[in-house]
Amino acid sequence: MTFKFKDVYINETSTITGPYESEGPLGKYFDLCHSDLYFGEKNWEQAEVKLIDEAINTLTRKSKVEINSVDAFIGGDLLNQIAASNYAMMKVNKSFIGIYAACSNSTLGLILGGSLIDGGFLNKVITFTSSHNTAAEKQYRYPVEYGGPKRKTTTFTSTGGVAALLSNETGKIKLESGTLGTVIDSGVTDVFNMGAVMAKAAADTIYKHLQDTGRDISYYDLILTGDLGVYGKEILKEYMYSEYNIKLKNYNDTGVMLYDIENQPVYAGASGPACASLVTYGYVFDKMKKGKYKKVLLAATGALMSPTMVNHKLTIPAISHAVSLEVIL
Amino acid sequence: MKQSYQEIVEKNSPKENVFSNAVIAFITGGIMGIIGQLLIDGYSMWLDIPTKEATVCMLVTLIFFSCLFTSFGFFDKWVNFCKCGLIIPITGFAHATMSAALEFRKEGLVTGIGMNMLKLSGAVIIFGVVSSFVFSLIRMVVGLI
Repeated sequence: MTFKFKDVYINETSTITGPYESEGPLGKYFDLCHSDLYFGEKNWEQAEVKLIDEAINTLTRKSKVEINSVDAFIGGDLLNQIAASNYAMMKVNKSFIGIYAACSNSTLGLILGGSLIDGGFLNKVITFTSSHNTAAEKQYRYPVEYGGPKRKTTTFTSTGGVAALLSNETGKIKLESGTLGTVIDSGVTDVFNMGAVMAKAAADTIYKHLQDTGRDISYYDLILTGDLGVYGKEILKEYMYSEYNIKLKNYNDTGVMLYDIENQPVYAGASGPACASLVTYGYVFDKMKKGKYKKVLLAATGALMSPTMVNHKLTIPAISHAVSLEVIL
Repeated sequence: MKQSYQEIVEKNSPKENVFSNAVIAFITGGIMGIIGQLLIDGYSMWLDIPTKEATVCMLVTLIFFSCLFTSFGFFDKWVNFCKCGLIIPITGFAHATMSAALEFRKEGLVTGIGMNMLKLSGAVIIFGVVSSFVFSLIRMVVGLI
């Protein structure tokens, strides 16, 4: 299912990160970097709420848009009951659509926001998402201090809060089209290999996007996937070629780009809802505005992992939502 | 030639270094054993107590230090390096219990620590009790014959 948008623009974005992201190769592209994972809060869950608060505040400050003139917010995070988003929204007192698509929250938010704006229902929408390394570790894996030996394929949940202002007022970045993904059974049961879980979903969505729009893969200057990591990236390349006979050339994975894989303790790379947006809003948009990339396809990928279902020995489903972004110079 | 997704995943999943992990665990686990034995000898010599009681003192000492180092925040890095060398001895049990207690402290004394402290190590207690029951049953049966 692909939508083409007539007049939807990403007018402004904001990116807030933790220490690992700012020490990575893209550190200088982010708006605000914290050196401590607590951000002055009592616990990690509240720290994640603060990430969203700060992302929204930074966004309104940068765009000079009053929060009262925003029609609705769309967002979600990784915590149970998307708690961080709900608690952040409690302070805003605005219409809110809570979404959960794991690490593909960001692109789902953009597609939903774009549809509501293009449909003429709303004028200004803020989409946001967040993830917090230790809050996610606590919820999905082991207690943080337990550490526990990790496998090479494990990904490292990024810490970040990101927000984007969407409207029909002409801006530099145009939301050209979006493809809603379907839930794909990866056939993988290994919770330490999320790249393998999600690569199939990414391949499916990228293929459907090209089919629906009638485009060739070379139409895009850059194709980005969400958070497949080092090994998931290779799986996607190989699977795209084997299954759809498509060779991915101008392709990269945001999970590989966010950190210095060699020198940071991140195993196969970054993951988390914030990962795809941090790299896209921070680094890629900067390069687009400078003319390096004109047309970018971002396929954020989410592993819809439930620890309970994994204990039931079921395979892990995944989803990927893609957006096509164009720069207006 | 078309490959199945599972084959591609299989091909692109790196193998863990089982051999080097085993060697590291063997050496570090051995060092833990030496430390334990030295503690037993030391306690029975200085405190003039029988070996059985000195063993208990040794266990308490190891538990104390692994809990302390977990709280200081660097024991997880040691565990990550030594792997089973530190996980299999009682240090691993203490570390797992302590890390869960630290993690859930903020959710309250009862609902946090009380209900979650044995989240990881509870299984060790359950299956420790079950297996000791089974083994004592076997011993009893063998003794009767």
